[in-house]
Amino acid sequence: MMNLLWLIPTFPLAGFLILCATEGKLPKVVTACIGAGSVGLSAIAATLVGWEFVTSDSTSYSQVLWTWMVVGDFNVSISLYLDYLALVMVGVITGVGFLIHLYATGYMWDEEGYSRFFAYMNLFVFAMLLLVLGDSLLLLFLGWEGVGLCSYLLIGFFHTDPANGYAARKAFVVTRVGDTALILGLFLLFREVGTLDIQQSLDGARDIWPDGSVMNTAIALLLLGGAIGKSAQVPLQTWLPDAMAGPTPVSALIHAATMVTAGVYLIARMQDLYLLSETATLCVAVVGLVTLFIASFTALVQSDIKRVLAFSTMSQIGYMFFALGVGAWSAAIFHLMTHAFFKALLFLASGSVILALHHEQDMHKMGGLWRKLPIPFWSMLIGSAALAALPFTSGFVSKDAILLTAAHSETLGMTFWSIAVAAAFMTSLYTVRMMYLTFFGETKTEPHDKSKANMWLPLLVLSVLSIGGGWLGFTVLGTLFGDKGVPFELHLKELVAIATMCVPLLGVLVGYLLFATNVFDRRKISDSAPGKAVGRFWFVGWGFDKIYDSLIVNPFRWLARVNKSDAVDYLYRFTTLVARIFHNLLTVSQNGRLRWYALTMFSGLLFVLIVVALI
Amino acid sequence: MMDATGGIPLEHVIWFAITLFLIGVVGILIRRNVIFILLSLELMMNAAAVVFIAAGAFHDQADGQVMFMFILALAAAEVAVALGLVVQLSRRFKTLDIDAASEMTG
Amino acid sequence: MLYGLFIASCGIAIGSALMAITRLNASHALIYLVITLLSLAVIFFLLGAPFAAALQIVIYAGAIVVLFLFVVMMLNLGRRSVERERQWLLPGIWVIPSILAGALFVILGIALIGVENQAVIDGEMIGPRRVGAALVGPYVLAVELAGVLLLAGLVGAYHLGRRYLDERRER
Repeated sequence: MMNLLWLIPTFPLAGFLILCATEGKLPKVVTACIGAGSVGLSAIAATLVGWEFVTSDSTSYSQVLWTWMVVGDFNVSISLYLDYLALVMVGVITGVGFLIHLYATGYMWDEEGYSRFFAYMNLFVFAMLLLVLGDSLLLLFLGWEGVGLCSYLLIGFFHTDPANGYAARKAFVVTRVGDTALILGLFLLFREVGTLDIQQSLDGARDIWPDGSVMNTAIALLLLGGAIGKSAQVPLQTWLPDAMAGPTPVSALIHAATMVTAGVYLIARMQDLYLLSETATLCVAVVGLVTLFIASFTALVQSDIKRVLAFSTMSQIGYMFFALGVGAWSAAIFHLMTHAFFKALLFLASGSVILALHHEQDMHKMGGLWRKLPIPFWSMLIGSAALAALPFTSGFVSKDAILLTAAHSETLGMTFWSIAVAAAFMTSLYTVRMMYLTFFGETKTEPHDKSKANMWLPLLVLSVLSIGGGWLGFTVLGTLFGDKGVPFELHLKELVAIATMCVPLLGVLVGYLLFATNVFDRRKISDSAPGKAVGRFWFVGWGFDKIYDSLIVNPFRWLARVNKSDAVDYLYRFTTLVARIFHNLLTVSQNGRLRWYALTMFSGLLFVLIVVALI
Repeated sequence: MMDATGGIPLEHVIWFAITLFLIGVVGILIRRNVIFILLSLELMMNAAAVVFIAAGAFHDQADGQVMFMFILALAAAEVAVALGLVVQLSRRFKTLDIDAASEMTG
Repeated sequence: MLYGLFIASCGIAIGSALMAITRLNASHALIYLVITLLSLAVIFFLLGAPFAAALQIVIYAGAIVVLFLFVVMMLNLGRRSVERERQWLLPGIWVIPSILAGALFVILGIALIGVENQAVIDGEMIGPRRVGAALVGPYVLAVELAGVLLLAGLVGAYHLGRRYLDERRER
């Protein structure tokens, strides 16, 4: 059954090709079936392959598709590689992906470009699957670029509004910076170990480099650069909030569950490089920590519900990076999986709310919806609980594993832990704020619930997974990284563990007091001068956009304006100018008169004869 | 028939041919009337014919005269077509001035 | 004596050629051309090519120049054209062509003088029989091609002489 591996990426690719070829002329129902069905078939194939993989004894499985080129000793083949890491990713991508596609068939029903949407989504799923299943860094990079492209296409899906195009370009350009670092890392790695096959290159790396070698660290840091760009971490995180301009299913699939986790996958996949270099691992942890801290504050002051979720995503992926950096490899991937569940749930539920309120996204204009939109309400409640890592949700298991591993790490353990726990407190806070503003209080906009079965069914499934997914972790993920990850246990007796469990609950309590009751006067805090300044600072994402604008974007724009007539073009225009001058000179001799031509002909003859006579 | 004393030096024949040819060239360059240009052209062709005949006589072969016959055929065909063009020229431009037909400029 | 006749014919040919290109009246120029051609025929005869001489007179002087004369008569170039020719044929116009021709003469002369050979033509007659044998022997293909050329000339002359090329309707 495992030789069905190649079908997993092929189904979405086929879906994409069919939808491209038919160019939107199919009836909507058929388009929906093809679009969601291809991913569904892929999920079924993934289940079959995964079942056999898990029940067999192997730790990895390779399937060679075909040989790309043979140049002397250099033999490159296109093949797929499956191990537990890839299996988890595939499961997330196809499973959660299918649920999101199903939801999208309902959400996008009234929009223009239905077929185009599903074509892009299928292409995205194909590229993402290629990224995780490819056995060589070349295929990984191909998938990497493919998801970047699809992200661009889907963010700018409503292309008639130029703001969406701007957001799409911003996403593409910022991730491009990361991609450049990635490709430099790949070049260096290839030059050093001579192969791009992942397993071989990791073996080669272990052979060549001692612990802490400079080249190894450099490569690891460059790969980290690529991961930062794709996963929207500091300093390349500015594109993610603007990417919410795309349709909500896109935000759910690409910017919560899958593409932004590609960076985490990359680092996890190239684990050996990071194990050899303490510096690089530390950098990973620091990047994650900074991001999760910054993003959690920013999420507290946003008005747009999707932007809250975007910053929340940024923060949670920061947790994943942080986990990788402190050595909790399995926990990071587990958190990736649970995050996919509850974040997709949150996005899809908020999508239902937005749709019911006629595309109103400002939370301050929502309110009092908990009775009127029951399914979205309960879904968001469950998702928020998982996000805040309240006990017995899946988020609880994964986040606590990360925090505990951080607390036990050698040098900066408690520093790391305290910062991360503070951010967990903020997470609860902004989650409660989001829930309160959206669902409680007085109703400012009347909802019209248009949900059909294909929209609340995914919400239901994801809710179940958000709660129950935690138990999955104990069984499967212990084997994920074997001896390289920190053992996966919960020490319930330590103080640190109890504190970690209680902080989110504390956050919920404070949030309730702050937003639902009038115990602390919110207005006084937010309207005071320091309150306003701090609020403003948090709102614009701690000023990163402004820095980039003034340092990079505006100088570039100035340069483009100055060079409007294109100085380099003068070189080419010079060529045509010379040609034209000679043309004007030579046409003087073409005056149409026969005797002139005869004269010149004889002169030429004379000249030739003189030359011949002289030689 | 003629006695062989006092033969004609080949060099002199060629000098003569050169002179005739150059007279033809000058004729083309100085006249504006098409008829005169064609006339000069005939002179040039005859000069070439003289050289052929002389060479054939020198090598004692009939090839020179054969070439002369082909030149003759060529001249005949060319004159026919050229005079047709002259007729058209005179009808279209109402003049025989060759400079009137100079529309193909660059 | 052969040589003397040859020089005389050369002189007549060159003289009448010069006259031909400097006349103002087209018909006069053509008559001078005929004289040139006839003296060329004499030269051919002296060089031992009687057949060529005969053909020169019959075809060249007798058909081609006559054709010229027909066209000149048809175009009805009268007194006005003589006036026009006088205007066109200015002395200043001789300068550059003469220089060119002189230079060409010098060059060809240099090339000719450089030849050391003292070649003499002794005037052996190459009669029509030998020429005919050559024509149907080695040169038969060229004869056929010449025929095709004449056909092309015929068709071309017919087409170019038609009246309604410029009026674009049946007449």
